Amino acid sequence: MTAVAGHGASVRIEACGKTFTDGTRALEPATLDIARGETLVLLGPSGCGKTTMLRIIAGLELPDAGGRVLFDGNDMTSVPIERRNVGMVFQSYALFPNMSVADNIGYGLKIRGMAQKARAARVAELIALTNITGLENRRIDQLSGGQRQRVALARAVAIRPGILLLDEPLTALDAALRDRLRGELNRLLRALGITAIYVTHDQSEAMELGDRIVVMQKGAIAQIGTPREVYFKPGNRFVAEFIGAANIIEAPVENGHLMLPGGRQPIGGGASLTATVAMIRPETIHVVEPASAPLSGTIDSVSFIGDRQRMIVSGVSDKFITIDAPNTVRAQAGERIGLSIAPDAVRLLPPEN
Amino acid sequence: MRDRLIFTGQLLFTLIVAAFLVVPVILSISAGVTVNYFRGISSGVTLQWVFQVWDLYAGTILLSFVIAFAALIVTLAVGVPAAYALYVRGGRLSRIVEEIITLPLAIPGLAIALALLFTYQGFGSFRRSWLFILTGHVIFTMPFMVRSVMAVFSTVDIKTLDEGAASLGASPWRRFRDVIVPNAVPGILAGSLMVVTLSLGEFNLTWMLHTPLTKTLPIGLADAYASMRLEVASAYTLIFFVMIIPLLVAMQMFADKEQGR
Amino acid sequence: MSHKSFVWLCLLPLAVVTTAFFLLPMARLVVTGAEGPQGLAGYLAILTEPRYRATLINTVLLAAATTIVTLAVATVAGMFLQRHRFPGRAVLIAMLTFPLAFPGVVVGFLIILLAGRQGLIGDLTGRLFGEKLVFAYSIYGLFLGYLYFSIPRVILTIMAAVQKLDTGLEEAARSLGAGPWVVQRDVVLPALGPAFVASGAIAFATAMGAFGTAFTLATNIDVLPMLIYTEFTLAANFATSAALSVGLGIIAWAILALARSFSGGTVAAAG
Repeated sequence: MTAVAGHGASVRIEACGKTFTDGTRALEPATLDIARGETLVLLGPSGCGKTTMLRIIAGLELPDAGGRVLFDGNDMTSVPIERRNVGMVFQSYALFPNMSVADNIGYGLKIRGMAQKARAARVAELIALTNITGLENRRIDQLSGGQRQRVALARAVAIRPGILLLDEPLTALDAALRDRLRGELNRLLRALGITAIYVTHDQSEAMELGDRIVVMQKGAIAQIGTPREVYFKPGNRFVAEFIGAANIIEAPVENGHLMLPGGRQPIGGGASLTATVAMIRPETIHVVEPASAPLSGTIDSVSFIGDRQRMIVSGVSDKFITIDAPNTVRAQAGERIGLSIAPDAVRLLPPEN
Repeated sequence: MRDRLIFTGQLLFTLIVAAFLVVPVILSISAGVTVNYFRGISSGVTLQWVFQVWDLYAGTILLSFVIAFAALIVTLAVGVPAAYALYVRGGRLSRIVEEIITLPLAIPGLAIALALLFTYQGFGSFRRSWLFILTGHVIFTMPFMVRSVMAVFSTVDIKTLDEGAASLGASPWRRFRDVIVPNAVPGILAGSLMVVTLSLGEFNLTWMLHTPLTKTLPIGLADAYASMRLEVASAYTLIFFVMIIPLLVAMQMFADKEQGR
Repeated sequence: MSHKSFVWLCLLPLAVVTTAFFLLPMARLVVTGAEGPQGLAGYLAILTEPRYRATLINTVLLAAATTIVTLAVATVAGMFLQRHRFPGRAVLIAMLTFPLAFPGVVVGFLIILLAGRQGLIGDLTGRLFGEKLVFAYSIYGLFLGYLYFSIPRVILTIMAAVQKLDTGLEEAARSLGAGPWVVQRDVVLPALGPAFVASGAIAFATAMGAFGTAFTLATNIDVLPMLIYTEFTLAANFATSAALSVGLGIIAWAILALARSFSGGTVAAAG
């Protein structure tokens, strides 16, 4: 399903870093371009700087000297948040306890001087859009977590912002609710088509919602790419392990083959390197007859997940490797197993420095 | 058996302490409505002393209320924005400012009063007006308002609400009006009760600052204790209790409500 | 206007009021203290002049006695009330805490009703022993008065601290064989230490600086606040009264600051 033609503003941050007054370096100077209408996800573990980057774009933090923030080419660096026309959804939602749901949603419109009737119409529109009909006059403390999330979203979107900023909007919810709302959020973002910047530490959220993902680690950008790109072609070990399950194998390469204890694995290209870090995803390792297989090892344990079987296998590399096999494969711990991997499923990663 | 003995012993002890605190109050109340304290309740119950007190001291009582509410208005206008600024700014400067405004609680009222007298002796008309007493009361009650409001700010995470309102386009003043103050109401109420109660009962500062024309209720009480007969002094004390105890009860109820959250 | 300027604007009224009516006067007070015939040495008079020193010692002893007795009484009563539930408990607690905001003057009057010339105690002892016991106008009356306004305050603090105690620690001690008195001595009282320090400091500082009670009971009780008062109003010794006030202020503040560094959190005297 293609998104509606993008509206909203394009965003560029140039050499934006952030050092706090107590000396902590939250963000290394980073440059990033976000196209109009794109949903960009900032992904990483806590402390990686993703929220700091979002707050710099929002105008809640000033970047260190030399950093610039541009919306549609206009320099917004010194403009405070109240004049940037962004819509922001906070992790704790920041709903005003002294106002009803309808008043919360209409607050931004009230500030902009919209007449009462027009305001009420727009608020009704948003309540329908976010599926919270009937809650107009409730107080905030009478709402469930999922309802609050929707009110926060409606409030941010009501003002027709050029950019929507979301700071871990689903983190405060329990797992089942999170899954359900993730889908709703995705549909909403597609339907609105505005530029959205989304912060999360949840990798599956990032994959589902993002047009592009910015993986961050310790205040710096580790990789930028589409979900497919970061999944199949991670730039380093951190991204490989953060984005999905990964087998990290250290072994020498000779004549285009990875020299493993359990056999020789072709990787395409004829280079010879002494020690390499290779990444292979569990679902790309296929189970074949042990006799004719290029690689073989011994099954250590089998876990039936339901839609697949997770097997831990020893003897192929110097460490255990994890395989996601079809749920129809018959195998037991202790058996010999044969494995085959397509050459381009093996990705070489740069050595860590 | 031993537990029972311990319990009874402690209960008795506590009752004696409670009696120590309550009996004089009862004596005072009864003295205020008895015709003759020496002869006790048998001499009859009367409100004549209360009326006499009212005749003599109505102006004083009124001034006490005027000062208390003036102190409330000043602490609200000055203290609430200051509490917001101190909370939002945080850091070492805020802590130092909080320390400074709390100093009047550590320093005896007598010292503060002398300080004010030495400084403003020369400003004749100001020094002779009730505004002079007001300044002492404001300095003394301000930390209670500020701390009370700051305490509420932390429970409602006022910083994030402030950012939320800013993200919707509201200017700082608009945010203060629409979001900050409405959500600080419990702290403002608690602080207000404290300011009024403390101002009504303040003596140490006021005694040094007052003039014969600017007397407050506690000053009147000291007068009565020194020069009036026991029944009149008791009746005056009774009026004071009637004024102050509802406020104390309200404060206690407020504190309980906050704790029960 | 920017957020930063708005925040400064919010702080401005407080800055003006505090400077004009507190900081400036305090500075003036310190200066006045040094304007006497002895100059700056006047500040040491509180320690060197025998009359002043005697008053200081008197005041300190009285405050110390008040603090110790109040802590003892409040701990027994406070622990009892917090740990037991029985009909009438709420009323008892109310009776013990409502004198909280009585000004010193009123407390003085109540002590007179209790132990003055026409007081209850005088009445009872007169009937029982033939001789009336009157002590309201002496240092013992003052002591009783200080107890009167310290106990409610300290009981509340102790009760709050007892509520926060971890009963698991006491149960652990008992499981190891400790009897009830040993549990109190080794587990409960040490755990209440910070509360003792905090409320004790408040009681001490308040007793040091209390004026209204002494004033009502008699002008000739020898405590520091009364000395300051007589020096100022009766003897017009501005420099001396200023110096003594500064001394009293510093002592009170130092005690509270010390208590705060031991127990954390804000402590303040009142009254």
